[in-house]
Amino acid sequence: MNQKEFMQLINPFKDKIFRLAKRLLVSTEEAEDATQEVLVKLWSKNDSLEQLKSVEAMAMTMTKNYCLDQLKSKRAGNMTIVHSNYTDGSAGLQKRVEDNDAWRWVEKIINQLPEQQKLIVQMRDIEEMEFEEISKIMEMNEQAIRTALSRARKTIRENMTKTNNYGIG
Amino acid sequence: MALDRIEILIEKYFEGETSIAEEKELKNYFSSSNVAQHLEQYSAVFGYYKQAKNEQLATTIPLKSKKQSIVVWLSVAASVVVMLGVGFTFYKNNLNTEIQNVGKVDDPEIAFRETQKALDLVSKHLNKGIESVSYLNEFEQSKNKIFKIN
Repeated sequence: MNQKEFMQLINPFKDKIFRLAKRLLVSTEEAEDATQEVLVKLWSKNDSLEQLKSVEAMAMTMTKNYCLDQLKSKRAGNMTIVHSNYTDGSAGLQKRVEDNDAWRWVEKIINQLPEQQKLIVQMRDIEEMEFEEISKIMEMNEQAIRTALSRARKTIRENMTKTNNYGIG
Repeated sequence: MALDRIEILIEKYFEGETSIAEEKELKNYFSSSNVAQHLEQYSAVFGYYKQAKNEQLATTIPLKSKKQSIVVWLSVAASVVVMLGVGFTFYKNNLNTEIQNVGKVDDPEIAFRETQKALDLVSKHLNKGIESVSYLNEFEQSKNKIFKIN
């Protein structure tokens, strides 16, 4: 496989990897680094790629593991992830601003979920992946995924209702 | 879209039992403009999910191509050839001048001695030449160290 073919292979899901990494690492730069790391690793496995059933699932699993490792070593090293991408320059209509505020709030709530639930919400609610794929990537059975997803969705709902009652902080 | 259907779907959604198609239906409903008031609290969540899927990777992926590593190897090989070539021409030039200075001798014994002397000289220079070639081993070793990854 040459470089061009490889790029074509990863093109459909490289953004997905990035979004998954960003869900866990929060910072855009760190997520970009993680994506590069994973894709370069994938490229070095080049020769065995053709035997794989789904390169995408493989890449998603690698991303999940890489980011969890990253988080673990960050915590062990007592460092905090610095991120400052909560600003959005394109504020036009009043409605849009409100939406963005609410969205940002949703994002914050999701960021407070446990890592496993974050991953599942990302793959199911945002990427719209089937439970079968998710269970392969998470190395969990489908029922456990559903349970974790239900728990995450309910937590998000609870927090949203709270903010609706108190007004968006 | 019937409101009671949406309500049932939401119920199922929170239990983690909706299918992808049903979840898409919910997303569409919440992005429409006529969301029922008591459900409006969910529209931010579904709206967020919809827009979160649009975020894209902005950097390029720095792939080391295989062709590049071939170029590296070629340049190593080329430098070896150049070094050998330069070394050999110097060595040959030195040899030529020495031979011209020896001159012509008639007595076979003297000729023998002179020849021996000349051959000695040659072997001395040859050894010197070989000595400098042994640096190439060093080069080979460090080259192996550097390119061990491949």
